[in-house]
Amino acid sequence: MAFEGLTERLQNAMSKLRRKGKISETDVREAMREIRLALLEADVNFGVVKDFVKTVRERAIGSEVLESLTPAQQIVKIVDEELTKVMGEEATALNKSPHIPTIIMMVGLQGAGKTTTAGKLAYRLKENDQARPLFIAADVYRPAAIEQLQVVAQQVGAPVFELGTDVDPREIVRQGLAQAVENKNDYVIIDTAGRLQIDEKLMQELADIKELAQPSEILLTVDAMTGQNAVNVAESFNQQLDITGVVLTKLDGDTRGGAALSIRAVTGKPIKFTGQGEKLTDLDVFHPDRMADRILGM
Amino acid sequence: ANFRTVDEDFFDDLEETLIGADVGYEMAVKISDELRDEVKLRNAKSQQEVAQTIVEKLVNIYEAEGVDEDNTINFATDGPTVILFVGVNGVGKTTTVGKLAHQYKEEGKKVVLAAADTFRAGAIEQLKVWGERADVPVVAGKAQSDPAAVVYDAVQKAKRDHDDVLLVDTAGRLQNKVNLMNELEKIKRVITREIPDAPQEVLLVLDSTTGQNALIQAKQFKETTDVTGIVLTKLDGTAKGGIVLAIRSELDVPVKLVGLGEQIDDLQPFDANAFVYGLFKDLIQPEDTAEKTD
Ligand SMILES: Nc1nc2c(ncn2[C@@H]2O[C@H](COP(=O)(O)OP(=O)(O)OP(=O)(O)O)[C@@H](O)[C@H]2O)c(=O)[nH]1
Ligand SMILES: Nc1nc2c(ncn2[C@@H]2O[C@H](COP(=O)(O)OP(=O)(O)OP(=O)(O)O)[C@@H](O)[C@H]2O)c(=O)[nH]1
Ligand SMILES: [K+]
Ligand SMILES: [Mg+2]
Ligand SMILES: [Mg+2]
Repeated sequence: MAFEGLTERLQNAMSKLRRKGKISETDVREAMREIRLALLEADVNFGVVKDFVKTVRERAIGSEVLESLTPAQQIVKIVDEELTKVMGEEATALNKSPHIPTIIMMVGLQGAGKTTTAGKLAYRLKENDQARPLFIAADVYRPAAIEQLQVVAQQVGAPVFELGTDVDPREIVRQGLAQAVENKNDYVIIDTAGRLQIDEKLMQELADIKELAQPSEILLTVDAMTGQNAVNVAESFNQQLDITGVVLTKLDGDTRGGAALSIRAVTGKPIKFTGQGEKLTDLDVFHPDRMADRILGM
Repeated sequence: ANFRTVDEDFFDDLEETLIGADVGYEMAVKISDELRDEVKLRNAKSQQEVAQTIVEKLVNIYEAEGVDEDNTINFATDGPTVILFVGVNGVGKTTTVGKLAHQYKEEGKKVVLAAADTFRAGAIEQLKVWGERADVPVVAGKAQSDPAAVVYDAVQKAKRDHDDVLLVDTAGRLQNKVNLMNELEKIKRVITREIPDAPQEVLLVLDSTTGQNALIQAKQFKETTDVTGIVLTKLDGTAKGGIVLAIRSELDVPVKLVGLGEQIDDLQPFDANAFVYGLFKDLIQPEDTAEKTD
């Protein structure tokens, strides 16, 4: 089932109104209703939608829309511009540490795509920068998490530091970092276990790992199909870890991906990459304008 | 938002709470409108009366299409029962297979698992760990081999050894990937060719954090594999899984099981009352106590 895009929605709403001749503020209100609906159907958080629609309304009322012969297009343009603005400027690069190794920590809910993305990032760094990354297997909870990382790492052609599942993840990271220094790895990617943002014990574990590893990047990995709950997750991870960026996965599906807007709005942190499939090469830098169009169904 | 009186603000809050639970905009508006009338009609005033009215109404909406429908898992009267697990990536298929294997094993059934995710890195090893935990055998092939062949072997084994239940784990796939959906159809055909009444269940695993896309998932998977039930996972988190209301009323696919954690016992039968209460409980309890009373 495909939801109607914002353009058609507004055109339908406006064509009813246009017969009356001129567009009034009431008509603008009607248009705002359609925008609100389109965003909610795209899974943008309703709190975020409220603020966003307010911004758009102010611009629409104070602008050339009321005089325009093509008010629907005018409003779509404003929405698109505002959305792109909220979602941030063009692709933000990975942070790099002035000294090797640059440490990247993958965090997020269960099944979001952390391990897969860790592999994709390492692959990208190897291809583009001839990097020598080391993975640290810090997920001791999920069955066969280490084996999964090992298979991924083998595909990438990079080593994994692991101590099995009986050692505390903090200790694994400590020893893994020592090995990275010894082996002069220029990047370290820490694969952590998926966890709920309300799991205090496991969130503390992440905070401790952050403390001892001092990573340049803490990438919150979020499934693009996430609904209204995206704000709770992103806000809480950000509060507890001060994340540096976001990876939005599974965008090769047919979700509108409104979570992108929600996350960006509540954390202010850049979405750096998007996952576009299960293969190592399926990683893209994030394009705010494309994401805006996608959310709006254009 | 703890309410004292049931006024217009209350229904606005309810609408927002339901939207926040991923019920979807239209459904949320429909529900709040109907409730407005219902609460008036019953002259409900106390918090408890109103909560009760809301629960009843939501359960009604949930069940409207499928009254008298059985939410329990179907079993074959004779020979092995085959349950096929399907769904998009990372929702909890493999984990649910492990949990259910444990449950059936505890009930004294003879259980076998099929590792038909030959694609994802470490998927076979993951299922084998669950097989060990549940103490049931796992039929597996090589990584990257044909999953339909693994399923064929597993069905033969189940028939030969008179197993009671065969649980088939499949690779996660997005519903818009035509090739992968065809592969799933083929897996199902292999099962039915070997045991005409099987699979007795095709369970679509849905992550409760999923938004409106879950409805599209349900539609596509139902079309391809004739889904008989839903497993709603990760309900131990802060997401509510409200989209299953729409799935139930549009597609008439019932939720049969819920996942409540990563441990082997964290699987329960679906309870419509408890589920719908979860959708709006934050509205009638202060947020902090809401977390603790679960
Ligand atoms: N289609 C698609 N699938 C993806 C993408 N990224 C990850 N996946 C799949 O999503 C599933 C979960 O990915 P993982 O990398 O295991 O996720 P995780 O966050 O490490 O999971 P846990 O460690 O269990 O918390 C796997 O089936 C991956 O192949 C993507 O961008 N597109
Ligand atoms: N909190 C919580 N986590 C769960 C639940 N069910 C599964 N998980 C976790 O979610 C992640 C993904 O689970 P899997 O069983 O691997 O999911 P899958 O659908 O088999 O994934 P793919 O095979 O990669 O498509 C793992 O980290 C599980 O431990 C649940 O009910 N609650
Ligand atoms: K929940
Ligand atoms: Mg992982
Ligand atoms: Mg699996």
